[in-house]
Amino acid sequence: MLDTIFDTPAGAATLEDLYAHLPQEVQFHGPLTLPPGKSEYEIVDYFRARGAENANQHANFLGAGVYHHYRPVLVDAVVSRGEFLTSYTPYQAEISQGTLTAIFEFQTMICQLTGMDVANASMYDGSTAMTEAAMMALRITGRNAVAVARTVHPEYRDVLRTYTRHQAVRIQEFEYDPETGQVDLASLEQALDASTGAVVIQSPNFFGVVENAKQIADMARGKGALLVFLFTEAVSLGLLEPPRDADIVAGELQSFAIAPSYGGPFAGVLACKEKYVRQMPGRLVGETRDAAGHRAFCLTLAAREQHIRREKATSNICTNQALIALMATVFMALYGKQGLRELAEQNLAKAHYLGGKLWRRFKGPYFNEFVAATGPRSPEEIDRRLRELHILGGLALDRFYPELNNSVLLCCTEMAARPDMDAVAEAFGA
Amino acid sequence: MTVIRKVRPHPSQNEALLFELSSPGKSGYQLPKLDVPAVDPVEALGSANVRQEIPDFVEVSEVDVIRHFTRLSTWNYAIDLGLYPLGSCTMKYNPRVNEAVARTEGLTWIHPYQPDQSAQGAFAILDALERALAEITGMDAVTLQPAAGAHGELTGILMVRAALEARGNPRKKVLIPDSAHGTNPASVRMAGYEVLNVASNERGMLDVETLARTVDESVAAIMITNPNTLGVFEARIAEVARIMHARGALVYMDGANMNALAGISRPGDYGVDLMHLNLHKTFSTPHGGGGPGSGPVAVKQPLEPFLPLPRIQRTPSGWSWNYDRPQSVGRVRAFYGNFGVLVRALAYIMAHGGDGLKRATLDALLNANYLRKLLEPHYEIAYHAPSMHECVFRHEATGAIAKRLIDYGFHPYTVSFPLIVHGAMMIEPTETESKQELDGFAEALIAIARELKETPELVLTAPHTTRTAKVDEVAAARKPVLKWRRP
Repeated sequence: MLDTIFDTPAGAATLEDLYAHLPQEVQFHGPLTLPPGKSEYEIVDYFRARGAENANQHANFLGAGVYHHYRPVLVDAVVSRGEFLTSYTPYQAEISQGTLTAIFEFQTMICQLTGMDVANASMYDGSTAMTEAAMMALRITGRNAVAVARTVHPEYRDVLRTYTRHQAVRIQEFEYDPETGQVDLASLEQALDASTGAVVIQSPNFFGVVENAKQIADMARGKGALLVFLFTEAVSLGLLEPPRDADIVAGELQSFAIAPSYGGPFAGVLACKEKYVRQMPGRLVGETRDAAGHRAFCLTLAAREQHIRREKATSNICTNQALIALMATVFMALYGKQGLRELAEQNLAKAHYLGGKLWRRFKGPYFNEFVAATGPRSPEEIDRRLRELHILGGLALDRFYPELNNSVLLCCTEMAARPDMDAVAEAFGA
Repeated sequence: MTVIRKVRPHPSQNEALLFELSSPGKSGYQLPKLDVPAVDPVEALGSANVRQEIPDFVEVSEVDVIRHFTRLSTWNYAIDLGLYPLGSCTMKYNPRVNEAVARTEGLTWIHPYQPDQSAQGAFAILDALERALAEITGMDAVTLQPAAGAHGELTGILMVRAALEARGNPRKKVLIPDSAHGTNPASVRMAGYEVLNVASNERGMLDVETLARTVDESVAAIMITNPNTLGVFEARIAEVARIMHARGALVYMDGANMNALAGISRPGDYGVDLMHLNLHKTFSTPHGGGGPGSGPVAVKQPLEPFLPLPRIQRTPSGWSWNYDRPQSVGRVRAFYGNFGVLVRALAYIMAHGGDGLKRATLDALLNANYLRKLLEPHYEIAYHAPSMHECVFRHEATGAIAKRLIDYGFHPYTVSFPLIVHGAMMIEPTETESKQELDGFAEALIAIARELKETPELVLTAPHTTRTAKVDEVAAARKPVLKWRRP
């Protein structure tokens, strides 16, 4: 091959000649200081050893945006197929109908779950989806302030601040009612003014409490702002009234068969009302026909996107989370209409079993997470006792809410076993 | 010419949508029996909060599900099926050991909020990858948080801004060559900067003299892809860096094309201040039909204080997360990055070692230049400058040629990009292709060049052999149908 390239007699050229045209000052001559290449066995062994250094085989009561749900084995069977795993973004529609069809089904299912008209093909995660939703609402309304509930995931709010810092956007946070754990409507009222373009709430919120989206939507609309509704626990949509009153829905789909994996890769999603679709970032798949008249799918409305619009695009997003969205699609197909409901009901029952044994900080309705107040034992002491039983307890909330000391956010999914929940109650001293 | 009629009698070619396969009462799940008392949803949540059934939601069996997605999968092209020469996309083989280790039990089920002491193995992986990427790029510190290349760009430009603000003036503009990927200008806008486009010269490179006249006190940085999207190394990049630095501006490198450089050239050694990498390109993590990716940002020491939150830190009691970094640009996403993708990238680096990475780079250059040599007699090369890991040809009929390539069993090259080349055909074979595969691809393109002269209709109406004939994308955009509706 080298001789073909350089028109030289056999063996005259070397691989190094391929970059000999680079100026000396940009060439790297030393060997890279990295361990020598390893065999497959050594690599597997290394990661197995690292895995063993993490807490394993623990019962888990942590939620807070990442949920411990069972992953049906079929999910990995599908996403491990090379045709899905090793394909690129489906720009060449004729040889990408598998991915395109699955995304079309994904978009449909997200619409059915959320009550929105349109859903995109995925975002990086819930936090960036929510942030993009807020910025989308500002573009639609032509306003420059976002009112965001303090019951929205604290890290998500941090991302919103990072993204909007240089956009001349004002972020106004509003309070929660210390009794119910829901949005404090008086505080929301104060946060709203003529510059508010987006009101952002999460439900179930960071405390696990279900918000009154309808009332908040009415208040937002009264001021000419759009309601951005965020969910981080997708399983709740199997049971809870969908956020029909929202203008834009942002969500995190990790609960749909996506492993916790120390925080990623997950799949965010954006959904909205039909009239806002041209302001929506991210890829969209649409139905069309092929030359033979058969139904076919392709990426569409690309005029919103960066590869066409460059600096005038709705967002810079290009790569998304397609394979992870496929996991969620397979999960939704397996559970289906009936299974998603039953799964959600099991989560509800489990959380209410443990919630009934502990002193809950908030009175608002809750799905599968709640905030428990600690009694005589500190959160650290409870955690220590549980760790001895191979149980990961909840999240002490003072790291995000200084006013909520001695408060632990606990989550019970369908994976929570009764004896472990009893052990948690006992560790709390209940 | 003969018209090939589409016949697809087998069910696998006519698979319906999940919604069309559904029948009431079907399901594919099993849940254990509830071991606690059932709770009445209306009682627990209030009737206003409880939904009715989800209209038209899927109801299929487990066999339906596996068969449905397996059938769909056969409608996809993939790296596992053959050459995927998309320029600037680096579609290389995705080693299966990476998939295996990413599914290690102790790595998949770690919760981001479990105590740091109970996640020490995860920290060790993050640390090893940060150090490896710093070594490969010649940089001093790395954040692994960005979820994709564009996310890394935004993170990097936010850091540029924070660093200049700390010096007293964030400035107003970022220079971007006209050959750049569209994410560059979009990311720059999101960081609150104006985009100033810089034209390339007749050799497909930055015009350094024009650049030197353009850079003034209002310019914050240049964002430069190297090798650029023409596959050409910006030979004067060190000089560009000196010009920028002399005027107090920074150099950001888009590392999407790092597959041309690993082991032979380190941007940190010649004036690049910060850059992002695409782990789903250079470091072999699978594209998965569009993602997930990962876009770490590597920086020189002066920019380290501005890296996003949180950072890993080593303390006497072990690894932990550090949030106490007052100059940081803040959080760019929830949690710590696409950990599962990071595991795969580290596995790739471990398999190669330093010598292996260099060898992969040389093979990538070899394959691209070999293809260029085979194709040059038949297609017009866009620029005569030496190619690195990809080469760009031009042809009026680039779109049609691409579709005709599908009939020959290959995925097309990148069509009509970079924008500065009219009719661009951007070809990046990567190092993992064999000579046989490259020869077959070249023969196909040469045959198509002949067909264009002899039977142009055959090319212009392609593809002919696929399950799906040419897709009407115009109709899709004119009247968008973005979800299934019950007929």
